[in-house]
Amino acid sequence: MQLRKLCLVAVAAFVLAACEAPGSRDGGDAGKSAVPDPFPSTYKPYPSQTLLIANATVINGAGALIENGAVLIEGGKIKAVGADVTAPDGATTLDARGKWITPGIIDNHSHLGAYPSPGVDSHGDGNEISGPVTSEVWVEHSVWPQDPGFSRALAGGITSLQILPGSANLFGGRGVTLKNVPARTVQAMKFPGAPYTLKMACGENPKRVYGYGRGITPGGAPYSRMGNVAGYRDAWIRAADYKAQLDKAKSGGGDAPTRDLELETLAGVLSGDILVHMHCYRADEMAIILDISNEFGYKVAAFHHAVESYKIADKLAEYDVCSSMWADWWGFKMEAYDGIPENIPLVHNAGACAIVHSDSEMGIQRLNQEAAKAWADGRRIGIDIPIETAWQWLSLNPARSLGVDGQTGTLEPGKMADVVIWSGNPFSSYAKAEKVYVDGALMFDRNDPAGQPVMDFELGQPGEGDRK
Amino acid sequence: MIRRLIVSLALLAASPFALAQPVAIYGEKVWTGTSQGTISDGVVVIDNGRIVTVGPASTRVPAGTAEVRARWVTPGLISAFSRTGLSEVSGVDDTNDAGADSSPFSAALNAADGFNPDATSIPVTRLDGFTRIAVAPQAQTKLFGGQGFLADTSGLTGSVFRERAFAYVILGERGAALSGGSRPAAWAALRGAFDDVRFFGARYMSHNEGNVLTRMDALALMPAVKGEQLILFQASRASDLNAIMDFKEQNLSLRVAIVGADEGWRVARRLAALEIPVIIDAVSNLPSSFSQLASTTENAKRLAEAGVTVAIVNLDDDSHLARLATQVAGNAVANGMDLDEAMRALTTAPAEIFGMTGLGVLAPGARADVVAWDGDPLEVTSAPSAVYIDGESQPMESRQTKLRDRYRTIDESQRPMAFNR
Repeated sequence: MQLRKLCLVAVAAFVLAACEAPGSRDGGDAGKSAVPDPFPSTYKPYPSQTLLIANATVINGAGALIENGAVLIEGGKIKAVGADVTAPDGATTLDARGKWITPGIIDNHSHLGAYPSPGVDSHGDGNEISGPVTSEVWVEHSVWPQDPGFSRALAGGITSLQILPGSANLFGGRGVTLKNVPARTVQAMKFPGAPYTLKMACGENPKRVYGYGRGITPGGAPYSRMGNVAGYRDAWIRAADYKAQLDKAKSGGGDAPTRDLELETLAGVLSGDILVHMHCYRADEMAIILDISNEFGYKVAAFHHAVESYKIADKLAEYDVCSSMWADWWGFKMEAYDGIPENIPLVHNAGACAIVHSDSEMGIQRLNQEAAKAWADGRRIGIDIPIETAWQWLSLNPARSLGVDGQTGTLEPGKMADVVIWSGNPFSSYAKAEKVYVDGALMFDRNDPAGQPVMDFELGQPGEGDRK
Repeated sequence: MIRRLIVSLALLAASPFALAQPVAIYGEKVWTGTSQGTISDGVVVIDNGRIVTVGPASTRVPAGTAEVRARWVTPGLISAFSRTGLSEVSGVDDTNDAGADSSPFSAALNAADGFNPDATSIPVTRLDGFTRIAVAPQAQTKLFGGQGFLADTSGLTGSVFRERAFAYVILGERGAALSGGSRPAAWAALRGAFDDVRFFGARYMSHNEGNVLTRMDALALMPAVKGEQLILFQASRASDLNAIMDFKEQNLSLRVAIVGADEGWRVARRLAALEIPVIIDAVSNLPSSFSQLASTTENAKRLAEAGVTVAIVNLDDDSHLARLATQVAGNAVANGMDLDEAMRALTTAPAEIFGMTGLGVLAPGARADVVAWDGDPLEVTSAPSAVYIDGESQPMESRQTKLRDRYRTIDESQRPMAFNR
């Protein structure tokens, strides 16, 4: 907690990183990337049964709410959802009277594993601040799968999440999308077929860390927001060159360039294989970034934090970029000074893609409540959004931003059975995730201590998990 | 400048008028914090800055009484631990007066000197139902952070109603680091500081430096050492909490409360026996440090069940989002705490800890800090519709609501957005 605040305020440069966010984009076609993948996913769904969860209020994540509905899971996939679903022979039926069922929540801005608990210096692996352009680093190489934060997030209904590197750099490195299952290796958590992402950052962090890094950090450019922009453009020019050489070699027109990890990632963005997730608070800066993306021919999937998105919601809708936002964080730094609790509903209301993100090992445990706050604050100013529509901020839109909306994010037949059973309306402070299924496998059961994972770190300590 | 003057004059002119008329605040539920419990369909009548009547809605009210209707009515909430009003933008040092990392003084630092009633976080806090705040300095050079104070959230000059309400002392890992690098160093400093105070006359007769404290710091710490002022310790690990309790047993006259207390549930019975209240962030459930290995969302429940006085706060952002203590308290209820106890944790418990008489309850004669809500105050979807401080109806406006209203509809077809206000 302390550490997170520090990173936000960026008092100590090396903790700066934990303040970023991811992006969004059309889904599909994951896995067809031309980008090499030397650390492939080894994730396999755990065994599941054919299960009918019946008599519940179902939010299907695609905009529908079904009273007294049911969800049928078969082979780890959603088989059927509706008011008239019956259990096939051999299926287990779970009576969920009074409960609510939703798609699993997807947090597209987390630093779990990279800034794990406990937040000791030795664990500060979330940001390679050695230079303003570090697109050569991949945050998956920092993720410690034993972070107890993963288990707490699971108890909050998180079934997938994007881990991002920090926001000290202009280009912070590659992000990674994970299934939230306890694992011995990060590869065993990697969301199969999810495209890679690239973390970038606007504003105060890069210029503070490098320009006047107080002797802690390397120093040198950028010193200013205009220096930030020059830094992005310079890198994109080099990346475009590199990509041209690659393309030429591919069509037999010359030798391929020597492999360059930094430019390989950037070229992957230019070829549309890697999605840009960009930390950006201020409205005017986001507008400049959109122009840069047009100049170099890539698309920004999502702005993260985006506390001023409400000021340019029309422009964001027109470009079709997501805003990944907090419900109410504000005032902790200059570029967060104009944050308002109605940001999310105002962005949604303008027809732009809204996402609720956490950037916090605490917030990730209650993203449903964060969405509820924003939803209620919108309603108070006359923006009346049905709960079942607002749920898209938590599942479908983040899935879109990560390019995995073809596989998860809604309870539509054929999709992964990433499902949460809530004790009641999840827009209430009092509701809790009771059962959390990932690919149909029960990964968290609030009413069964044996159904709750405990990470290695907590084993044999005064506490073993929450609720010891 | 001139405009500000006019605004202040207008406020001054408005207040006697507001005081003149009694107000009856009706609620489907009226949570009193007294033996009256929660009244279904109740009313609270306020007049002349005080609560006059609390009873069923059928209670007769004087002619000419204004009426307000709400789902819930509660006492003004009390934030038991925050830095609200000490910084405008936390990360901008020029605006941040919470701590001083190169002052030669520590215990003498008086946080009230840094309080700005115009801070934009004040109305933001008030709009969510908090009418009183206990504000602590940050400890940045020694484990003695300085003197905390109590204020209302009216945003008016004079809203600090008790300076030097408590001495703030940080122990645990942070206290160790500030004392030279270990818990033994922190305890040596703490005991040494107490000796400095106790032998003040002799120690500072000929010079300004004691073993631990400067003369000024020793003087400032004196009321706490004498048991005349509350000492608010911050610590989380069970062994640290036990060390504080050992210290209390050796110095029985001390008035002690603890903020943090993530592992408090492990020593709850002893806390209760020694009547040491705690101020906790009830959702803290991660081993964020090696001092919080036994953190659990059931901390609040277990402490309350053991008979400990529990106040609930949001430590995740204690300057700009102290108001989220209602969400934290709602989550404490979700994790087993009694709803009534959770409400007490935002009202009567902080009032008791800081000795705020006539606050935190709806009772005849109490100060008229009253909040009308559009729903259950602990629900994340609820918000106040009206807030009264000392009987005065508060403006439900902040810089945030003004930004919101400016951008509610984006339209630059006629003129720039900058003209919307």
